[in-house]
Amino acid sequence: MSISRFINIGERTNVAGSAKFKKLILEGDFPTAVEVARQQVEAGAQMIDINMDDAMLDAEQAMATYLNLLATEPDIARVPFVIDSSKWSVIEAGLKTVQGKSVVNSISLKEGETAFKEQARILRRFGAAAVVMGFDETGQAETAEHKHDIAARAYHLLVADGFNPADIIFDPNIFAVGTGIEDHDNYAVDFLEACRLIKAKLPHARISGGVSNVSFSFRGNNAVRESIHAVFLFHAIKAGMDMAIVNAGAMPVYEDIDADLRARIEDLLLNRRDDATERMLEVAEKHKGGASAAKKADLTWRKQDVEGRLTHALVHGLTDFIDADTEEARLAADKPLEVIEGPLMNGMNVVGDLFAEGKMFLPQVVKSARVMKQAVAHLLPFIEEEKRDSGTSTRKGRVLMATVKGDVHDIGKNIVGVVLQCNDFEVIDLGVMVPAAKILDEARKHDVDMIGLSGLITPSLEEMTHIAREMKREGFDIPLLIGGATTSKIHTAVKIATEYDGGVVHVTDASRAVGVCGQLGSAQLRQDYIANIAAEYADMRAKRDEGAQRQLASYDEARDNRLQIDWDKSKINQPNFTGVRWFDKYSLDRLADRIDWTPFFRTWELHGTYPSILSDKLVGEVAQSLFDDAQKMLAQIVVEQWFQPSGAIGFFPAHSNGEDIILSHPDTGENLSMIPCLRQQMQRKQDRPNLSLADFVAPEGYGDHVGCFAVTAGPQVEVRARRFREAGDDYRAIMTQALGDRLAEAFAEAMHEDVRREYWGYSVDEDLDNEALIAEKYQGIRPAPGYPACPDHDGKTLIFRLLKARERLGMDLTESLAMTPASSVAGFYFAHEQARYFGVGRIGEDQVNSYAARTGEPVSIIESRLRSGLAYSNNHQQSA
Amino acid sequence: MNKQQQLQKLMDERILILDGAMGTMIQEARLSEEEFRGELLADHDGDLKGNNDLLVLTNPKLIEEIHTAYIEAGADIIETNSFNATRISQSEYRLAHLADQINEQAVCLARQAADKAEERLGRSIFVAGAMGPTSRTASISPDVNDPGKRNVTFDELADDYRDAARALARGGADLFLVETVFDTLNAKAALYAIMEVNDELQEPLPIFVSGTITDMSGRTLSGQTAEAFWISIAHAKPLAVGLNCALGPKELRSYVHELSRASDSHILTYPNAGLPNEMGGYDETPEDMAAHISAWARDGLVNIVGGCCGTTPAHIKAMAKSVAGIKPRPIIPAPPALRLSGLEPFEVRG
Repeated sequence: MSISRFINIGERTNVAGSAKFKKLILEGDFPTAVEVARQQVEAGAQMIDINMDDAMLDAEQAMATYLNLLATEPDIARVPFVIDSSKWSVIEAGLKTVQGKSVVNSISLKEGETAFKEQARILRRFGAAAVVMGFDETGQAETAEHKHDIAARAYHLLVADGFNPADIIFDPNIFAVGTGIEDHDNYAVDFLEACRLIKAKLPHARISGGVSNVSFSFRGNNAVRESIHAVFLFHAIKAGMDMAIVNAGAMPVYEDIDADLRARIEDLLLNRRDDATERMLEVAEKHKGGASAAKKADLTWRKQDVEGRLTHALVHGLTDFIDADTEEARLAADKPLEVIEGPLMNGMNVVGDLFAEGKMFLPQVVKSARVMKQAVAHLLPFIEEEKRDSGTSTRKGRVLMATVKGDVHDIGKNIVGVVLQCNDFEVIDLGVMVPAAKILDEARKHDVDMIGLSGLITPSLEEMTHIAREMKREGFDIPLLIGGATTSKIHTAVKIATEYDGGVVHVTDASRAVGVCGQLGSAQLRQDYIANIAAEYADMRAKRDEGAQRQLASYDEARDNRLQIDWDKSKINQPNFTGVRWFDKYSLDRLADRIDWTPFFRTWELHGTYPSILSDKLVGEVAQSLFDDAQKMLAQIVVEQWFQPSGAIGFFPAHSNGEDIILSHPDTGENLSMIPCLRQQMQRKQDRPNLSLADFVAPEGYGDHVGCFAVTAGPQVEVRARRFREAGDDYRAIMTQALGDRLAEAFAEAMHEDVRREYWGYSVDEDLDNEALIAEKYQGIRPAPGYPACPDHDGKTLIFRLLKARERLGMDLTESLAMTPASSVAGFYFAHEQARYFGVGRIGEDQVNSYAARTGEPVSIIESRLRSGLAYSNNHQQSA
Repeated sequence: MNKQQQLQKLMDERILILDGAMGTMIQEARLSEEEFRGELLADHDGDLKGNNDLLVLTNPKLIEEIHTAYIEAGADIIETNSFNATRISQSEYRLAHLADQINEQAVCLARQAADKAEERLGRSIFVAGAMGPTSRTASISPDVNDPGKRNVTFDELADDYRDAARALARGGADLFLVETVFDTLNAKAALYAIMEVNDELQEPLPIFVSGTITDMSGRTLSGQTAEAFWISIAHAKPLAVGLNCALGPKELRSYVHELSRASDSHILTYPNAGLPNEMGGYDETPEDMAAHISAWARDGLVNIVGGCCGTTPAHIKAMAKSVAGIKPRPIIPAPPALRLSGLEPFEVRG
């Protein structure tokens, strides 16, 4: 699903707008015409506009035939269609062939109210949204007022007749400016003003238009036209335009347009000076080459021989010439495979060496992989052809990778996959949420040399242990690799390695993966390597056992040593509302400013603190380049509204009772729910208390509150990332996910700030900059279930229920309590001035028993959820 | 209170029970070719065995008994035996001319069983006029080498469905059930016709629509996801939307969940009794099935439950018992948004 606010409608499948498409249809070359639609969708069109209005065509027949063909192409038919015709019979012919809900372009009041209402009624029977043109019995509307009046009249007629207002899309006519005719100077302003009026007065209606009209006076100068379109859209979107028929791929980014040109375009569009048209004409010729012309400056590397050029392209991640260079190398080689084994692998070896030496960094390696993929894709057909004669490979090994069941996080796994592929491993990636049985089946089917498991949330550790057990049960003997943010060497040694004898290795990061897999893939090195690791892990287990019995305080002692807040003297803050509030779309703009970049760099395995990392001697240059790419994509995310963040917050009357926090219904006062909390059990000296989150909430009778929140960057993050990945662009796929994660975190931060300053409102005067915010220099905390202060992931279940996160936000929890979409954050709010973050640490069996009794769940379930925090071993349910 | 208002009110109060498989019960009766023909079509040219809909004319007693058995098991809504009663489908048996008669008689039999039971049991029974997908698809080509080809048009389907809807309304159906939707374009033709017929009626009948997710890809045969399917038919403002057939409850759950999340209509679901076994039979026991269904009910996913292929009165009885007392899924109006669909949903909010 896509919920971006601005929608690109593909314009090339239109006989009136594309000479090429018209020729194909007139000649009856429908298969090639279908490819035009495919290109549109692949290039990011979220709908495609189909128009067959041509005097030479049987338009009804052409529309039906074309739509019937599109229906059988899943890659195209996944998007909605815009059925575009000025003839009603063509529109009906189109509607009768489309199973989805389309947009009809267009109907209008041109022929009067009766015909208009009749057409709208028929559309309701087919189930279609309608574009309503700014046209009435007197003609096309030119002024903002007339545009709005027509829209308002149409809107009220439609809504009174039962038409869903959300299915109305107005096209308030975009006309050309810069024609030299004074009457036309205000056309763009009129359009923008009409957008504002429509959006203010006609709820839920949408606005669309054909953007290319506006620049009609500059035909012949496509570069300038595209710049005008970009600037026009920038203002039109701000004025409320939701969608446009546009060739989005051709447009420059608003910020990239030469500042002087941009100012002149704005003068023209916004009718800011009388000589705006002349001033545009002065510079139009100069900009004919377009914004991209300047960038391709230094091409001296093209003078090298073909092998040198391939290496250069791989190292620098350049795809511009890769097809031509690969082809040249192929013609020079005896067999196409030699190009891979020779120049391309040599180039990748250079990349690998630079990476190993710390001279290249992950983001660059991922870009190199993109170049490699494209070169291989070029060679593949030739290799297939040759397959009869030869089938050799220098493959180092075949690795099966998967994110385990219940877990949806895969950035890290994708990075490792790319790095391994660059190093000549064959990678079979099963994706996320993969059940154990499937992993083992696929491993057997593909006869892989090793299995790599990834996971980010703590329940995944349990699942990995389960898979290790299953591998043993089913008699596997290939090595098992463990990686991902929550995994650790010690956990692998203690919990996983003991379950499986075929070799279990924890891999710290992507750069280590190549080394580990290299050893495991080599017949000579493998046995020794596994034996060494096994010995190391055995040693770790022994040491841990000694330390494990390090004294814990008893649960009772810990409770006695709670944090004692003097509630009679404490300020208890009342939130400004109780119950739940949802935020359907949150400004991406604001979130972009709130990003904490340090963890972003960590995702890419660049370690250091932002912003000093940008000037770091070793990684500074790469960090800067990565940061630039991130900024560029972020700008695109914001301008094109790639994601739609949504979230919810809720405040509830609450009081503590021991380690429990009891929430009550804001209106009835009845008990609503309970948040069971855990308490630190480490031995404490002097005044340091054994903390529990419940300590930060007043006992009954003080009128205290607790809040909770759930925010998500939106499901579009994964959709985008998947699209990039499918297009072979892992770099941007990973970038998308990484930015999605950062935006979700930024969202949690921004929401927390709003809560402190406004919704709970206990820090109305807080005024901190982003750095101070990141350093958490504010009052109150927002601990998340699954993190140190409340390690039980089950808190999310409660939060989701309180906030209706499933129904209202489209979020969900996997069986392991991971959140979907993956770019999401959920947690509790505590407002007291003494509230602070802490880690619960290890807890004893006494506390677990109490916790189980309070939650009403079996001890075994609690133990499995809190396993990594147990200070005792619980062998009594290993067989589960 | 008229029948439609009663239905509305009951749906607010509790989870309603739809009946189970008609075909499975007919199969168990093991009728011969002669019994399918009856006196009416003793001399008909061509086999009629397997034309289940025809039995409303040639063996009405059996059909009424099956209806009664489902009502006794706890069904609140029974489906007329008219799944294939369109000219298009009946033309396969060269009985296109009987389509209207079958539809009308199918309602009469169900009505008769319902009326008797209402008196006996003292509760309301509703008759759903069933309209199947027909034997042809409007958006899938019958010829792999000619993807643009179609063996039926929207207009042909709409004409057939219009007559079927009129006959069902004439017979006294309480609602229309467009079911087992493989191809959403067929369903849209049916809904187009029903909306026209509803305009002719003094009191328009409520509409139920139920799609079929054909396999674990989570798509209909024509390629839509459950949510895209909902968006494509939402204009008919169905009183309930759901999923049936092809999968058992275990496999169907996530798609029911998807639909329940997307739709602000009532959710209807009647899965098969598991996936077919090697012999084409269905093995899921009433208890197994009821356990799944009651979990759906507890999780607030459903408003109406029943059974499709392989289910029997025993399944319906177990199901009815397992959801008794569980609150129906609340209807939360979806926020206003422009919702469009291709094979996938596309939503513009805010």
